[in-house]
Amino acid sequence: MIQQLFFLYFAFAIVGISLLVVTRRNPVHSVLWMLLLFFHIASLYLFLNSEFMAAIQVIVYAGGILVLFLFVVLLMNIREELRISKFIGAAPTGFTFAVAILVLVLMSIRSFVAAPPGIYSIALIKQETHTKVLGKLLYTEFLYPFEVASLILLVAIIGAIVLAKRRLKP
Amino acid sequence: MVPLHWYMVLSMTVFSIGVFGFLSRKNIIIIFMSIELMLNAVNINLIALSHYIQDMRGQILAFFVIAVAAAEAAIGLAIVIALFRNKATAHVDEVKEMRG
Repeated sequence: MIQQLFFLYFAFAIVGISLLVVTRRNPVHSVLWMLLLFFHIASLYLFLNSEFMAAIQVIVYAGGILVLFLFVVLLMNIREELRISKFIGAAPTGFTFAVAILVLVLMSIRSFVAAPPGIYSIALIKQETHTKVLGKLLYTEFLYPFEVASLILLVAIIGAIVLAKRRLKP
Repeated sequence: MVPLHWYMVLSMTVFSIGVFGFLSRKNIIIIFMSIELMLNAVNINLIALSHYIQDMRGQILAFFVIAVAAAEAAIGLAIVIALFRNKATAHVDEVKEMRG
């Protein structure tokens, strides 16, 4: 019962805050609401017994990506932003599309059948600790995708430098 | 015990809010934030499923989603800065050179 109450608080807070993120006029407010949203999502991960993912969520999203967003938001002209309308002309189409996706996927939930449970039970994770289990799996079975992910990050660094550079000298 | 379906409904609601923001906002930075919102909704779903069917692979996938989201944010914001330099605007309806 108390678990469900906690979950309901987090669920309604996450939905409400994400609506606020999408509809605020001032982009700085949107970024700050998004910070609160990421902390709520991290607490939801703690609720699901995955403390490493909660830590990664706070460090990478709240500490890395949002600071990047805040830097770029502060480059733009907030005063002009407050004057003009928030939405493009096709906003009703976007709303209809989003509601249609929601209804479609909610209808398909009813036919969802969960897979048979795997070997990583709560007792095993408790005995070995979550980070160790995740690290073992990441460096043995998923080593190749892990290297590909590091390559993607390298490409992102180089691409960001090339795109944001003032002008390439001939 | 919280039913798994509640997590899935939450994740889908956040995802469709992200779709709405992506399709209807004018400011390009908020469009990027809507993409992050959608990726987070997918992560909630993956981690909840991974907890409920007791398989760690969902969390590994969520880990990779976070790595790709970081790369995507860096590239996207670099594109926004290049757009500022060339057009001095952040509104997607004012960028229409590629319209036929």
